[in-house]
Amino acid sequence: MLEFIKQPWHWSIAGIFIGLTVPVLLIIGNKNFGISSSLRHLCAACIPANIPLFKYNWKNEMWNLFFVVGVLLGGFIGTFWLGNDAEIQIAQSTIDDLRVLGVSDFSNLMPADIFSFDNLFTLKGLFFFVIGGFLVGFGTRYAGGCTSGHSIMGLASLQWPSLVATIFFMLGGFAMTHFGLPLIFNLINK
Amino acid sequence: MKEDKNPVCDAPNELIQKESFLSNIKYLIVGTLFGIVFVKAEIISWFRIQEMFRMQSFHMYGVIGTAVVVGMISLFIIKKFNITTLNGEEIVIAKKPFSKGVIYGGFMFGLGWAITGACPGPLFAQIGSGYLVVIVTFLSAMAGTWTYGLLQKSLPH
Repeated sequence: MLEFIKQPWHWSIAGIFIGLTVPVLLIIGNKNFGISSSLRHLCAACIPANIPLFKYNWKNEMWNLFFVVGVLLGGFIGTFWLGNDAEIQIAQSTIDDLRVLGVSDFSNLMPADIFSFDNLFTLKGLFFFVIGGFLVGFGTRYAGGCTSGHSIMGLASLQWPSLVATIFFMLGGFAMTHFGLPLIFNLINK
Repeated sequence: MKEDKNPVCDAPNELIQKESFLSNIKYLIVGTLFGIVFVKAEIISWFRIQEMFRMQSFHMYGVIGTAVVVGMISLFIIKKFNITTLNGEEIVIAKKPFSKGVIYGGFMFGLGWAITGACPGPLFAQIGSGYLVVIVTFLSAMAGTWTYGLLQKSLPH
């Protein structure tokens, strides 16, 4: 059984589990699924600075912070207790494209040539950690949700603003992948 | 099932009954299972996100598509059979308001998603998986959320 769980999971299994999060959270406590809210609650709890967006009773939304701490723990358990040593199977065409850009390590879930502390105070770190993270935090709040809040909860409840949001998430991603990343890699590989 | 037209945030707690601090543990458990799925289906992988935006694999489209369909069917069943919460309250779905921010913010998030290979959920799971440098990405995401709060009034909505 454990050996079975340790294999990488099929997309349909993951999709079913993630989809079921929506009714499970509603039924156990009337909670609407969404993860980017946690960033707002953390701002409201730590650095509200009298900003209207952070003036609300964040303590009543504490469940969301418990949820994301769970996601972090789950990341640990999934990697260190339920992990396997097999290399990730990425599409050959993606590997070829990324090699052209200068990515050379394809053995783990994340490319070691980018996501390491050695790159923290370099141009690479500035783009991949600082600017990337900033866009995620700023963009999700400006859009009123992320992949979970809009693309899953919002689409599942048939709300058209979430469809618009999802379309623009994808457009932003396509633009960065095909136009932005080549420029960024060109800059950092110099 | 009813709608909350003016939710306090995009993923609100709609339970009327007060919960103790410790009763929040159940959300931690759901989150943990969620995090395990994120890792085991490689959703937290920067490479999987690249495959998706290069349209070179069906994997992420399959995950998100299945999740939406399962969520949709679940909500249909909740509505159809008037399913309530465990303590008998009517289930409430928060309305997603539209503004131009959905377009501008959505596009900005998409740019960031392709750079970091993570939406907010996977950020937490990546840190748990031992990619500790992602703590920097996470702190920068918090700074982004905070900066949005600061500039909110002067941005187009």
